[in-house]
Amino acid sequence: MSKELNAWDKLSIARAPDRPTALDYIDNIFQEFIELHGDRQFSDDKAIVCGLAKLNGINFTIIAEQKGRNTKENIERNFGMPNPESYRKSSRFMKQAEKFNRPIITFVDTKGAYPGLGAEERGQGEAIAKSILEMSRIRVPIIVVVIGEGSSGGALAIGVGDEILMLENAVYSILSPEGYSSILWKDSSRAKEAAEIMKMTAKDLLDFKVIDKIIEEPKGGAQKNVKLMSENIKQEILTAYEKLKTIDQDELINKRYDKFRKMGEYKSKSYNI
Amino acid sequence: MVIDKIRKREVESIATEQNEYKKADIPVGKWVKCNKCKEILYKDIVRENYSVCPNCGYHFRLSSRRRIAQIIDQGTFQEFELDIDNVNPLGMNEYTKKIDGLREKTGLDEAVKCGQGKINGEEVVICVMDANFLMGSMGTVVGEKITYSIEKAIELKLPLIIFSVSGGARMQEGIMSLMQMAKTSAAIGKLDKAGLLFISILTDPTYGGVTASFASLGDIILAEPNAMIGFAGPRVIEQTIKQELPEGFQTAEFQLEHGFVDKIVERSKMKDTIYRILLMHKNN
Repeated sequence: MSKELNAWDKLSIARAPDRPTALDYIDNIFQEFIELHGDRQFSDDKAIVCGLAKLNGINFTIIAEQKGRNTKENIERNFGMPNPESYRKSSRFMKQAEKFNRPIITFVDTKGAYPGLGAEERGQGEAIAKSILEMSRIRVPIIVVVIGEGSSGGALAIGVGDEILMLENAVYSILSPEGYSSILWKDSSRAKEAAEIMKMTAKDLLDFKVIDKIIEEPKGGAQKNVKLMSENIKQEILTAYEKLKTIDQDELINKRYDKFRKMGEYKSKSYNI
Repeated sequence: MVIDKIRKREVESIATEQNEYKKADIPVGKWVKCNKCKEILYKDIVRENYSVCPNCGYHFRLSSRRRIAQIIDQGTFQEFELDIDNVNPLGMNEYTKKIDGLREKTGLDEAVKCGQGKINGEEVVICVMDANFLMGSMGTVVGEKITYSIEKAIELKLPLIIFSVSGGARMQEGIMSLMQMAKTSAAIGKLDKAGLLFISILTDPTYGGVTASFASLGDIILAEPNAMIGFAGPRVIEQTIKQELPEGFQTAEFQLEHGFVDKIVERSKMKDTIYRILLMHKNN
């Protein structure tokens, strides 16, 4: 049945107010979770949650884009749209993960990095760029799980990893379809149409080799059975970790480099110099 | 978002330019109106002045070809030539046509020119983006050319110079454009680890996925005066915060004040400044 859903249907599921958020999964998947705050420079931006978690005796560093579960939470979490401090906070914890040889799990779920005045003043572009660069060379395994909306550089900023997993009804794209149609056709009301041509579903991204695996959702979507959804994610995280933990650190980052290096390579490439 | 605002501004300025021509009865093509001080200027004089308004110092946009001529010693630029297949990951018909048309019209193969050359005798790898090609947007070809150039700089142990001008990641190639941010930034990470110098120069406009990747990762980041530089476009920010943006928001001067640019350099001093920085990184 879910095969008949088009991109817009999936986007609607991914954006649904009752869609489980990162913290719902974290609570269900890990035996223990200690949240830690702040970028040590300016503030603690709450659109990204960071912390330490334990699963089957393994310690993980968790980086998660967190949407609110109600209006109050959404205001607090800026509707899951990170300010630069969020990316500086997550970079801080990723470097710590490397220091303590702890694998990293990121949960991607954002409409995009916050396009605000303060965000620009404090270097949104620089924060994202640095985060992407650091993730490309952190010497511990990184598992990325796209759980809802993965939109623009705001998603990619915590999306560079060794195994990229994606929930069946999640979407991942260069921009929201509203933004996309507004740029391309100067008409944000054509978002539905944009969603269908943008190739933003898990299936599309698997075909592009932008992601490695699709995680099946319970019938009707993740919200129908959060426990089962969490269990599925947990199993896939463990499988991915089993695979990655044996790889030597140099090889790990070389492979990660090659993975992204190959994205968008065109066929005939004859350089003259 | 940024792109259409900029385009609109361009269209408007061309329109007023042409109206002015009619009024003043000046032959079209020989004269140009300064976007800032509105002075009507003789094109050749502007060109001889680095495409900077002699009246008020406004920096006009520069094609990649003319930029290279201003920065690289004459006769030393060797372009990395590559045979490019049309890339169209979303399978949009109009996109392929648009690219073909632009190639014909601009004589460029894509929105960036990359190669090797000398700056006062100092060998460098240089990439120069070009706003005439889909507002310098970064798709797979731009990402590939820039990544190739970074890897070439590592291989040859040469400093890397990138002049950015871009509306951001290219919409028409969807998610694959987004992934170019990861590809180019990861390559900059390797260059960094190899201990090589990267000078990033931000010119008008530099936005979106380019700001949020290699352009912000320079060891040294220079900018041209008055260049508009940011992540989100002004229109999107205004719509989000529902208030007007302050005067001078997102200019090079604003970025300098907020600590995201090392130095603002006038175009006439750009080559010399880069040269001096290059020398400061030698012999250690």
